[in-house]
Amino acid sequence: MTPYFLDTWIWKMAWRESRSSRGRLFLFISSITLGVAALVAIQSFGESLEREINQQSKSLLGADLVISGRGPFAPETESLFQTWGGEQSRETRFSSMVYFPEGEGARLVQIRALAGDFPYYGVLETSPSEAAESFRLGPYALVDERMMLQFRVRVGDSVKIGDFTFTVAGGLQKIPGETMTETLITPRVYIPLSYLDQTGLVQLGGRVSYRNYFKLDPGTDVEELLEREEPRLREQRLRSTTVEEQKARLGRSMENVYRFLSLVGFMALLLGGIGVASAIHIHIKQKLGTVATLRCLGATSRQAFSIYVIQAVVMGLVGATVGALLGIGVRALLPQVMQDFLPVTLPFEVSWMAVSQGIGMGLAIGLLFALLPLLPLRKISPFLALRFSYEEKETLPKEPLQWLVYGVIVMVIGLFAIIQTPRWIHGVAFTAGIVLVFLLLAAVAKLITLLVKRYFPDSWNYVWRQGLANLYRPNNQTIVVMLSLGLGTFFITTLFLVQSTLLQEVSLAGSGDKPNLVLFDIQSDQREEITQLVRSLDLPVQQSVPIVTMRLASVKGRPVEEIAEDPAASVRRFLLFREYRATYRESLIDSEELISGTLQTRVEDPSDPVRVSLDEGIARDLNVSIGDSLVFDVQGVPIETRLGSTRKVDWRRFQTNFFLVFPAGVLEEAPQFHVLMTQVPGPEASAELQRRVLQRFPNVSSIDLALVLDTLDTVLGQVAFVIRTMALFSILTGIIVLVGAVVSSRYQRTRESVLLRTLGASRKQITKILAIEYFFLGIFAALTGVTLAVASSWALAFFVFKTEFVVAVGPLLVILGVVVGLTLLVGIINSRGLSDRSPLEVLRAEG
Amino acid sequence: MIETSVLRAEHLTKTYRSGERTLTVLRDVSFTVPEGSRCAIVGPSGSGKTTLLGLCAGLDRPTSGSVSLNGVALNDLNEDELAQTRNQHVGFVFQTFQLISTLTALENVVVPLELRGESGVRRQATELLNQVGLGDRLDHYPAQLSGGEQQRVSLARAFINQPKILFADEPTGNLDGETAEKVSDLLFELNEAAGTTLVLVTHNLELAQRTQRIITLKAGSIGSDENLFRESQDLAR
Repeated sequence: MTPYFLDTWIWKMAWRESRSSRGRLFLFISSITLGVAALVAIQSFGESLEREINQQSKSLLGADLVISGRGPFAPETESLFQTWGGEQSRETRFSSMVYFPEGEGARLVQIRALAGDFPYYGVLETSPSEAAESFRLGPYALVDERMMLQFRVRVGDSVKIGDFTFTVAGGLQKIPGETMTETLITPRVYIPLSYLDQTGLVQLGGRVSYRNYFKLDPGTDVEELLEREEPRLREQRLRSTTVEEQKARLGRSMENVYRFLSLVGFMALLLGGIGVASAIHIHIKQKLGTVATLRCLGATSRQAFSIYVIQAVVMGLVGATVGALLGIGVRALLPQVMQDFLPVTLPFEVSWMAVSQGIGMGLAIGLLFALLPLLPLRKISPFLALRFSYEEKETLPKEPLQWLVYGVIVMVIGLFAIIQTPRWIHGVAFTAGIVLVFLLLAAVAKLITLLVKRYFPDSWNYVWRQGLANLYRPNNQTIVVMLSLGLGTFFITTLFLVQSTLLQEVSLAGSGDKPNLVLFDIQSDQREEITQLVRSLDLPVQQSVPIVTMRLASVKGRPVEEIAEDPAASVRRFLLFREYRATYRESLIDSEELISGTLQTRVEDPSDPVRVSLDEGIARDLNVSIGDSLVFDVQGVPIETRLGSTRKVDWRRFQTNFFLVFPAGVLEEAPQFHVLMTQVPGPEASAELQRRVLQRFPNVSSIDLALVLDTLDTVLGQVAFVIRTMALFSILTGIIVLVGAVVSSRYQRTRESVLLRTLGASRKQITKILAIEYFFLGIFAALTGVTLAVASSWALAFFVFKTEFVVAVGPLLVILGVVVGLTLLVGIINSRGLSDRSPLEVLRAEG
Repeated sequence: MIETSVLRAEHLTKTYRSGERTLTVLRDVSFTVPEGSRCAIVGPSGSGKTTLLGLCAGLDRPTSGSVSLNGVALNDLNEDELAQTRNQHVGFVFQTFQLISTLTALENVVVPLELRGESGVRRQATELLNQVGLGDRLDHYPAQLSGGEQQRVSLARAFINQPKILFADEPTGNLDGETAEKVSDLLFELNEAAGTTLVLVTHNLELAQRTQRIITLKAGSIGSDENLFRESQDLAR
């Protein structure tokens, strides 16, 4: 027996049978096209990114190896470096304020004082390009180009860093291995290392990082070298970064981004699946008579079924291929959309793997969703041909195999999600979430039809009743529109709410009488003068806090090195070796709450035991409890303490919070700096204070909360832009599905409208009835989508971001309005032709 | 001459279940139709005519009883075998024509032969369409044809596979008087020429009287079974 897909008659019939419905099948094609385009673009982008990160890996680090530490390299380290050979560059990194006298602006930046020919691989991209080399030759600086624009600084202008004024040699555009987003948060300024001392900024106690870049001799095995030297590096508390580590770090973060975007693209494809099911459902309902006739003429049920499966496969293939082509186009644009996040420059290339995967996935989703309405065809009785008339629209018979298809769809979603998420449980959660949202939307749609029917407002006038009744009458589009529009609305609103919740949290932190400007790196002898300066400008000094940097030397009598080596201790290395910035005071502040023990306020006698207070999380991670001994190394001086209390700290406040608090009477003589917090009424006062402080105390840095908010807003805005670009595919797919649903309902409503017109209804009434139907569909779908979005954003805020959930009602109303408006618009445009045609013309065509 | 029956229905009963209720549409109907004969099934609406036709043509299965078509018991056949039997031995003419709207007149006519996997079938179909007077409308779609023309295409399709038996369900039910007469003339002409057995379901007594036998259904049972051929012979005597 010939397999059905080889039966030429079936192929011939599939072609002929598509004649009158190619327009509608085009909607089927379009439904999956955008989803496939999104997937192909993202997958292909991800592959290029991975390849480029591999190929450009050396230029991502700029060197073969970087050794970094928190203090100047010891003489024995310097001699060790000499034995490694090759070329070396030296860099000193720290945060400081810079001041632009011409633009009268000041900003906290990261200063990088560089000596040597770094980068050895890749280039510092600058404008003009020769500035990357020329700045090394004199008192010149390379300044972040965006910051130059912000302060209207030009090449040749001056920039004051500490006590020294440099000339701006050029604008810094890109640093090997760093993304624009990183430099947006803290802009970079490069100066020659030989001028660092003249700035007077590097003092004991400040946070300075020292780095040595190596271009090793050819043939040197970096891994082998590190393995050999590791004990010595560790002893000196030095960190190494190799090309492979840098590659893995960048690869991981970029992989997370592109996997997340793949899921966003996949959502568009799933939404398209609903469009497919809806388009095929309508297509098939009009083919019931044909199927019954074919069965009468001797076609088997499988032959008849195969005709439409072949149509679906071919259309799916065309749709997926068009989508893949479109995806290649989008892939060419993606690097522009994402340029701020990319550590490498991506050339345009097509990944045939991504193209074939996209087509395969599009075809699979298209076919699975098409099978849902197609399967019942197998049960169409030829007897229907005797009973069938065009007036009756038969409902499709039930087919238990549909449950199997639903199962396979969920499985495909699950598999895709599990592959795309770092942990399988996330994939399962994603799938469960999608299924839940689908089910909820479908359930709400069903509930609405039931409620409208049950509590139908009989007292309304005819036009309103007719429009509302269209929601539950046979062949209604309620479920399809609810799913497509509701899902689209849900998706966009969730993105928006999460973004605004995150932003709101930060801006709330600086509202009211809370501090919004912080001055830090204040030396002890500058403290009094700065306090007076702040007060002289009529600004309050809300907090003035000393900070002492220290490291842990031992915990419960065991040196940290020993604990780090002990696998049973299971304490993270980071906690053992990090730099702790501690303060000392006699009381708790309002962002703190005592959890256990008692707070020791002051050590009166130097021989008394010192009882420190730790953040409860840190205490737990260090595995210490009240009374346990902790020895801190305060810049070479060991200080023995015991854990006296633990505190819960609200880290979200814009103020100085500490993991570690000492009682008064211990650290007063230690090298320290101070932080002062004030509240400025506006940008002018903020600029004025910062300028005055900087002129008098160049080492003191300041952060304005407004700037933090601005930066955060920009970064979140960039993230949101990328996500929205991908979400656009879902929105457009949603619109296509909506158009599909509306076009289908037009087919069903045409005859009815004509009958109404024959019975004397005016065009205006007909249009109004349709408008009311779409209005209700739009408002119900949008309300459901928004409600689900509010619920899911609340869950995200509560469980993931652990922050207070904020709902901005205004924008939600705008979203509602746009969705309802769009639905109305599509509905009205589509039904425009309906009332123009004469009743006779339509009745003839229909008959 | 030995009279062989092409259709034999025995004790046909068909009931439908609708919720708690059971509706008996046909009750213990038995009759035979000899090869080459013409028979009409008449009766008021809801008397079970179309259901009976459906059972006889193997489009539906009886609740009890049996149908034998061309010597083959339909009850023993599965759905695919039933489809094959219809394709080989049965022709249909429907009240609503049931032309496939996406196929041209010619394509509609060739479907039964294409289903058999036959090739070179367009010539036969063209000939038949010429016979029904639509030689110049081969490439027209159903929507471009009048009701009468559509039913003529349907007749050509019904005869293309040279069926043993032709089932016609109200073939003129959707046509005006003059067109109806032309179509029924054509039906009987083609039937005469092909020597096909004809089973006709109709309300139209005039049309029924052009057959040799009228089976009248009343509430699902055979009310009367008149042999018009004998009566006309008796009258002639």
